[in-house]
Amino acid sequence: MKKRFWDALLIGGCLLLAAVLFLVSHLGREAGAGVIVRVDGEEVARYSLYDNGTYPLNGGTNTLVIENGQAWLSHADCPDELCVKQGKVRADGQVITCLPNKLTVTVYGGEKNDVDLIS
Amino acid sequence: MKASKLSLLALSVSLAMILSFVESQIPAMVAIPGVKVGLANIVVVFALYKLGWKEAVVISLTRVFLVGLLFGNGISILYSITGASVSFAAMVLLKQAKVFSTMAVSVAGGVLHNLGQIAMACVIMGTDVLRYYAPFLILSGTLAGIAIGVLAAIMIRRIDLKA
Repeated sequence: MKKRFWDALLIGGCLLLAAVLFLVSHLGREAGAGVIVRVDGEEVARYSLYDNGTYPLNGGTNTLVIENGQAWLSHADCPDELCVKQGKVRADGQVITCLPNKLTVTVYGGEKNDVDLIS
Repeated sequence: MKASKLSLLALSVSLAMILSFVESQIPAMVAIPGVKVGLANIVVVFALYKLGWKEAVVISLTRVFLVGLLFGNGISILYSITGASVSFAAMVLLKQAKVFSTMAVSVAGGVLHNLGQIAMACVIMGTDVLRYYAPFLILSGTLAGIAIGVLAAIMIRRIDLKA
């Protein structure tokens, strides 16, 4: 079974690639400062993660809730509501996506700069 | 084209379509866009080994197009076509290499399918923030590929088309 070696190499390689990409994007991640809402690739709004509130997005197709440094979508007009199920985000770089409405909510900024200044 | 072959292709497309439909009725298990098992690919992998790559292309693309028309929309066809093409190219190349098992070929198909879809999603959504999902989709593509590969290998072993 020489194929075993190549199989293991390929499958191991895929898992390793996933792990490395995961670590690269998750290590040293800071709590975000706010979220950027993009529709169709255009930035349409920005909200601070510390301004608690409920905001209708994209003319009401999705509803954004911000509470104590966390953001999530509480409603979507599509049947699967996958964006609602994606849950809460709060760390720099995290994304909530609504494919049908071409809408993304991305967490930006962190306290990295402040930490660098102190250290 | 012989009638027997035409029927076989038609049967394969129907089976792939049924599997797509069955899968569409299962609620999303993970809240990450694009994560699924891809049951219809059992038929595509089977066809790749038993009928040849040209036949498998025909089955795959016909399935994507018909399922898109019946249950999806223009955008969903675009996602599927990208995923299916990239995935298929990877599977044909790896099969040609002759050092991989059916399962590994299917894993490459699953991973490339998902990466192709992220790339297409970035184009459609006009933003590259979706790369955030890449590690999750590589992992899910690998697991789905293993499952599909194992199932397809059983079918390849058990079903004798010449009978």
